[in-house]
Amino acid sequence: MNLLATTPAALLAQDGTVAGSAAASGAIQETGSWLLIALPLLGAALLLLGGRRTNRWGHWLGVLTPWASFALAAALLVSLAGYPEGERSRTLHLFGWMPAGQFRLDAGLLIDPLSVAFAVLVTFVGALIHVYAVAYMAADRDRRRFFAYLNFFVASMLLLVLADSYLLMYVGWEGVGLASYLLIGFWNHNPDYAAAAKKAFVVNRVGDAGLTVAMMMMFATFGTVSFAGVFAAAGSAGEGVLTAIGLMLLLGACGKSAQFPLQSWLGDAMAGPTPVSALIHAATMVTAGVYLVVRSGPIFEAAPTAQLVVVAVGAITLLFGAIVGCAKDDIKKVLAASTMSQIGYMMLAAGLGPVGYAFAILHLLTHGFFKAGMFLGAGSVMHGMGDSVELRSYGGLNAVMKVTWVTFACGWLAIIGFPGFSGFWSKDRIIEAAFSADGGQGWQPWVFGGAALLGAGLTAFYMSRLFFMTFHGTRRWPEDAHPHEAPRLMTIPMVVLALGSVGLGAALGPTGLFTDWMSPLAGEHAEEHPVLPAWAVTTLTLLLVVAGAVLAHRRYAASEVPAVAPTGTALTRAARRDLYQDAVNEAALMRPGQYLTRLLVFVDNRGVDGVVRGLAALVGGLGGRLKYWNTGYVRSYAASVLVGVLAVSGGMLLFRI
Amino acid sequence: MTSAMQLSGMLAATDPPGTAETALFWVLAPVTVVAACGLLFARKAVHAALSMALVMIGLGVAYLVHDAPFLGAVQVFVYTGAVMMLFLFVVMLIGVSAADSLVETIKGQRLVAVVLGLGLVLLLTGAISQATLDETVGLVAVNEDPGNVTMIAFRIFDDYVWAFELTGALLITAALGAMVLTHRERLTPRTTQRQLAADRIAEGAVKAPLPAPGVFARHNAVDTPALLPDGTPSEASVNRVLRARGQVRSAEETAAPTAVIQSEFAEPLGDGTEEGGSR
Amino acid sequence: MRPEYWLYLSAVLFAIGATTVLVRRNAIIVFMGIELMLNAANLSLVTFSRIHGDIDGQVIALFVMLVAAAEVVVGLAIIVSIFRTRRSASVDDANLLKY
Repeated sequence: MNLLATTPAALLAQDGTVAGSAAASGAIQETGSWLLIALPLLGAALLLLGGRRTNRWGHWLGVLTPWASFALAAALLVSLAGYPEGERSRTLHLFGWMPAGQFRLDAGLLIDPLSVAFAVLVTFVGALIHVYAVAYMAADRDRRRFFAYLNFFVASMLLLVLADSYLLMYVGWEGVGLASYLLIGFWNHNPDYAAAAKKAFVVNRVGDAGLTVAMMMMFATFGTVSFAGVFAAAGSAGEGVLTAIGLMLLLGACGKSAQFPLQSWLGDAMAGPTPVSALIHAATMVTAGVYLVVRSGPIFEAAPTAQLVVVAVGAITLLFGAIVGCAKDDIKKVLAASTMSQIGYMMLAAGLGPVGYAFAILHLLTHGFFKAGMFLGAGSVMHGMGDSVELRSYGGLNAVMKVTWVTFACGWLAIIGFPGFSGFWSKDRIIEAAFSADGGQGWQPWVFGGAALLGAGLTAFYMSRLFFMTFHGTRRWPEDAHPHEAPRLMTIPMVVLALGSVGLGAALGPTGLFTDWMSPLAGEHAEEHPVLPAWAVTTLTLLLVVAGAVLAHRRYAASEVPAVAPTGTALTRAARRDLYQDAVNEAALMRPGQYLTRLLVFVDNRGVDGVVRGLAALVGGLGGRLKYWNTGYVRSYAASVLVGVLAVSGGMLLFRI
Repeated sequence: MTSAMQLSGMLAATDPPGTAETALFWVLAPVTVVAACGLLFARKAVHAALSMALVMIGLGVAYLVHDAPFLGAVQVFVYTGAVMMLFLFVVMLIGVSAADSLVETIKGQRLVAVVLGLGLVLLLTGAISQATLDETVGLVAVNEDPGNVTMIAFRIFDDYVWAFELTGALLITAALGAMVLTHRERLTPRTTQRQLAADRIAEGAVKAPLPAPGVFARHNAVDTPALLPDGTPSEASVNRVLRARGQVRSAEETAAPTAVIQSEFAEPLGDGTEEGGSR
Repeated sequence: MRPEYWLYLSAVLFAIGATTVLVRRNAIIVFMGIELMLNAANLSLVTFSRIHGDIDGQVIALFVMLVAAAEVVVGLAIIVSIFRTRRSASVDDANLLKY
């Protein structure tokens, strides 16, 4: 038996099995779930290694793999739904990854409601956007490379959400970071775009450092980095350690999800092609931080301070993004600010504990649909307007781009929380939950609830502004613009996503379907005690939304929009410059860093080099003087030898050694 | 060897040393020191080598006194007989008459050498005078019971046999080294007789004996060039000194009286009036 | 008299040999100076052998002679080959290896 167990075949046989009591029944979906990751990865590898040979058909291969992954994910969803509620968390052991002495880490996939929900979102939205990109990138000579990167992104994202340990998740985490970098800088012949990619990469690195530190602390505290091991031991650790771990995890989440204070990269990341913005910087990758916080729930629940910080970060970011979104005139940057703000909502919900997990993830799903839909719509508008992103050069496009207009309107209604649309069912629940923060006592419900409420009003204003400036009002097109509807390949994904924007929330939210689905993760939680009744919150929200939308309509649809942005108030000017976040970063981090570097260079040049060179000069100079003792006369050498003999033997005799 | 032993026994009659040895010391020490100073002051290498030989003989005698008859013999054989002769040999090879210049070329070297030499003497004598030596045991007993040579043989072939083997290897290596050092590699192939002959002809000069001067020896004929088969005079047949002085007699000049003689030969009796008159 | 007088003689001879090496330029004489030093050392070895009544001193002296013989062979060969190439037996002429 032992002999057998050590043979590779036996190991393989072991690796292929599903750990769990009900392994025998319906396990085919789980055992094959590694294909979910492997297929897009294979696609990426084929496209990258195949080179120009695959140029002709490469994009179709790129489209095929996420669809295949989606099929697998859907099958997984169905199979998981077939299990009783208590058995929906299953792990698939892949291989022994790092057996190092006492430390043993296996690579495995964790298949539970949370990861499967993510997997379905990633593969479905990803597959749609792949289809869209076939048309959108048709003119680009590097389309194959683009699809390779997209496939690589999908694989990494799936690895991120399906991993069963922090370390394996980290591999996916870095993979999406790399994909994001490659895709933001896809048109890297433009130095600004390349700089934007670099910026995203560097800011993400800060967050990744936090995640790394968190993992190190986990290993030091618990001796393991697997989800199961860490969460099982989380209750026994001290609160101080857990708070530190939680804060470090939050730092990682902030970097990836563009949350305050690491939010500066997301706006610049719009340099990437629009499908990238839709997939990576709206629907999936940027929500990885929310996933991380929700996944690490057991840690945060045991560390209330860290939880409070998560909520605060969410609240700050949601307002921050909303304010920035109100001032921007670049359609993609408004959407980026909006993404930031909506993720702030999710963070806020995730920080509220089990009360908010389901709503955070539900908002994440609905947001993935409507924001991706709107990004695709923006791409369609840009496509029609000759790649212009200026809101002030649009106006009145509803007549020429009917499909885009309608789908975008669905997204718009969804995000502002129009009753019945997706956002209403997810965002309003977050606002309600915010009013019950900290058990519905003290200052927290009022502050965070108020922030969420205010954010809803602002969201309504800036999204309506975007919508009206683009599709309504006077036509401010440039003379050479000939707006037209996008081809089918682009409109169909938009339509599908618009359907999701309309119906997904209603299908999952009020029916309680999603809350039930997520209940194994969220567990039982105490009854909510909101400081305001639910109907009051909803009414207030709707009032604010209507006020924001009406204001936007009056200013941007009913009245003339100036072609050149007016100077505006101090707040507007600040918001146009992202509330000086770059300036602050530069002043607080970049400049001191540069000065430190210069100082170090100076010290290195003068101090360290000086010592080294001085030493060398000293030795050289000494050698230059002493070399004349090397006369070449053997008799002189003999004399010095004799001097040495006399000195040594005389000394020995003198001191009686 | 036996006689050496007897000599040794005669010389080292007493242990600790007696008056005979003292006397020997006071004879031997000045002689060796003075001879050693020959190394310092002799201008010619051959003189230095000879005084060195004297030192070695003196030391050989000293060994006999020190109950070391075998070593004394070896000292004389090996050092005086072989090594110093080798030195002399090399001195001959390099030039026996070559005298050293006594001008010192390295600044201060002579002063340094003297100071160091005296310092060495002071240091060593100081050390010896300060040392407390055991009572002299002597080797008389050893030399009598197993015998001096026997005892040395025991040591060499028993205790120090490994060192002895190594010394053998060292000697062989040294012999080989000497051969390598003095060996001169032939860089070109050896020239054969045939090659030499061909080279001589290839030089183009006349290899046969030079033509003799003229043969009509009316007077000293060395200044008369020989005539080549075509009738021209051969320059090479006359000494180049005469040629340089312009004392070469031309063939016609020599030939002019010849015509008269020939005619005389042709008519030995007739037409004798004029001729006979002159005779 | 005591045998250490022979030690004084050995010391003086050694010093003379050392001085010879320092002063003389003829390679052969320098070499003889070295030989003189070896012989002086031999004299002290033999004297100590006698003082201690141990024949090992003589054995070592014998080995010294052997090594000296080997050294002479090689050293003279070097001198000869230097002389053949440079037409000089002066140790000062071979002074190329310097600053």
